[in-house]
Amino acid sequence: MSIQLLDVEKAFGPKEVLRGFTMRVEDGETAAIVGPSGSGKSVLLKHVVGLLRPDAGSVVVDGISVPELNRNGLAQLRQRIGYVFQFAALFDSMTIAENVGMGLRRMPGWDRLRIAKRVEECLALVELAGMDDRYPAQLSGGQRKRAGLARAIAPSPKYLLYDEPTTGLDPVTTSVIDRLILRMRDELGVTGLVVTHDMTSAFRVADRITLLHAGRARFTGTPSEVRAASDPVLRGFVEGDPDLYYGVGWQNEGINVGGHDHGA
Amino acid sequence: MLERVSGALALVGSRTITALQGMGQAWALLMASAASLRNADVWLPHLVPQMARIGVASVPIALFIATFTGIVMSLQASYTLTGTIPVYFVGTLVGKTMILELGPVLTALTLAGRVGANISAELGTMRVTEQVDALETLAYDPLAYLVVPRVLAAILMFPIVVLLAIALGIGSGWITALQLLDMSSPEFVKGLRLFFLPWDVWFAVIKSVSFGAVVTGVGCYFGLRTERGAEGVGRSATRTVVVASMLILCLDAFWAATLL
Repeated sequence: MSIQLLDVEKAFGPKEVLRGFTMRVEDGETAAIVGPSGSGKSVLLKHVVGLLRPDAGSVVVDGISVPELNRNGLAQLRQRIGYVFQFAALFDSMTIAENVGMGLRRMPGWDRLRIAKRVEECLALVELAGMDDRYPAQLSGGQRKRAGLARAIAPSPKYLLYDEPTTGLDPVTTSVIDRLILRMRDELGVTGLVVTHDMTSAFRVADRITLLHAGRARFTGTPSEVRAASDPVLRGFVEGDPDLYYGVGWQNEGINVGGHDHGA
Repeated sequence: MLERVSGALALVGSRTITALQGMGQAWALLMASAASLRNADVWLPHLVPQMARIGVASVPIALFIATFTGIVMSLQASYTLTGTIPVYFVGTLVGKTMILELGPVLTALTLAGRVGANISAELGTMRVTEQVDALETLAYDPLAYLVVPRVLAAILMFPIVVLLAIALGIGSGWITALQLLDMSSPEFVKGLRLFFLPWDVWFAVIKSVSFGAVVTGVGCYFGLRTERGAEGVGRSATRTVVVASMLILCLDAFWAATLL
C-alpha cells in the first residue's frame, strides 16, 4: 500500500474534525474522498503531506510514518508528492514558468536549461503551452488550476494530492481537469488522492470513493458500489438530499452545515 | 459586584495567557528561523533583492523625515538656548539628538509602517492564499525562503539608512542655522564637535540593527500567523505597526539604560 491513514484524529480547539479516519490508497490507483464543505477533507490531505500532524493515529506514505519525520525527512518525502491546491496557490509575483520550475530548483542536478525544458513539457501536458511568461493574475480559474497541476507534476512525483481540483469551474473546464487527472494516472502511473465534493468528478476520476462523514470514513467502494449503496447518508450526499444526509428535521437541530450552524 | 471583579480578573488572566502564548510562539519562530540560517542556498539568492526593497527603497522617506527633523531641531534649539548659553550649542543639540535618538528612532518608527506593514501584508496574503503551504509542499523551508532574507536584509540596511538620515538631519540643521539663525559654519561645527564621541555613532548603529530585526521579525511573525482572508491581512499589518513601534521604544529605553 502506498498511502495509509489509520484512526487519524485531529481537533482545532474544541472542534473535532477527524475522529478516527481510516483509509488506504493502493499504488497506481486514484482514490477520492468526498464529503460536504467543512467536513475536514482538506485537513486530511494536509496530514498526508505533513502540513498538519494528527493528534492521534498514524499517517504512512511509502512505508514512512509522516508525523515522525523531521524537517529534512519531510522535505525529502515531499519531493515524491505533488500537491494541487484548491485555489492553485500559485506564487503571484512569479510567472507561470517560474511557478512550475519552483520544485525543480530544489532538486540536485537540475540546471537552468533542464528546468526550462521540463517546464515546457509540463505546460504542454496541461495544455498551457505558450503561457509561460504570463502571471497568475492573467489566467482564468481553469488555467490557474492547470498551472497548479503542472507545478505539482514537474518534479515527476509518485503521488499526486488534489484538493478540490474542480471547485468553481464550469462543467467543460471540470471535464478537462478530470481528464488530466486520469492522464496522470494512466500515462504517468501516478497514485492519486482527490478530495472533492463534486460527485460527478469523483465518479469520473476515482477507482475508489470514500465518504468522509462526522470525522470518519463512512463508506468506501468503487463508483458502481457507491451508486448502488443503500446507506442513507451516502445516498443523501450523492443525491444532494439534506434530509437523507443529516436526517429529517436537521434545520431545527443546530447541525453544522459547511462550517455554519443552522437551527437552534 | 463579585461577578464583575471575577469577570475582570478572568479577562486579565486570559489576555495574559494570550500574550504569554504569543511570546512563546515568537520565541519558537526566532529559534526556527535561526536554525534555517543553515539553508543558505534558499535564502542567499533573496538577500540582495530584499536589501534593495527594505533598505534602498526606504531611503527617500527616511531622508525626508530627517531633513525636516534637522530643520525643526535647529530652530527649536536656538529658541530654547537664550541668555548666557552660547549659540554654538545649537550644533551640539542638533548633532547629539540626531545621532543618539531622533535619527535611529524616527527612522525605525517610519520603517515600522513602511517595511513592517508591507512584510506582514505580503506574508499574510501568502498565508491565506496557501502560498506558504505550497512552498512547503515543494520542499522549501518557508522560514529560510521568507523570514531569513528579510530579517538579515533589515539588519544590514537599517544602520545604513539611519546613518544617512543622521547625516542629512545634521546637514539640514546646519543649513537652517546658517540661513535662518545668523550662525556661521565654524560656530555650528564647534558646537557639533563639542561633546561628539565616536561611540555615539556606534550606539546609533547598534540601535538600528536591533530596530531592523524587530520591525522585520514582528512583520514576519504576524504575517505568517494571518488567518481569515483580507480582514486578517489588514489586522496583521495593523498589529505589526503597533507592536513593532512599542518594541522600538522599549528597546530604545533598554539601550539607553545599558549602553550610555
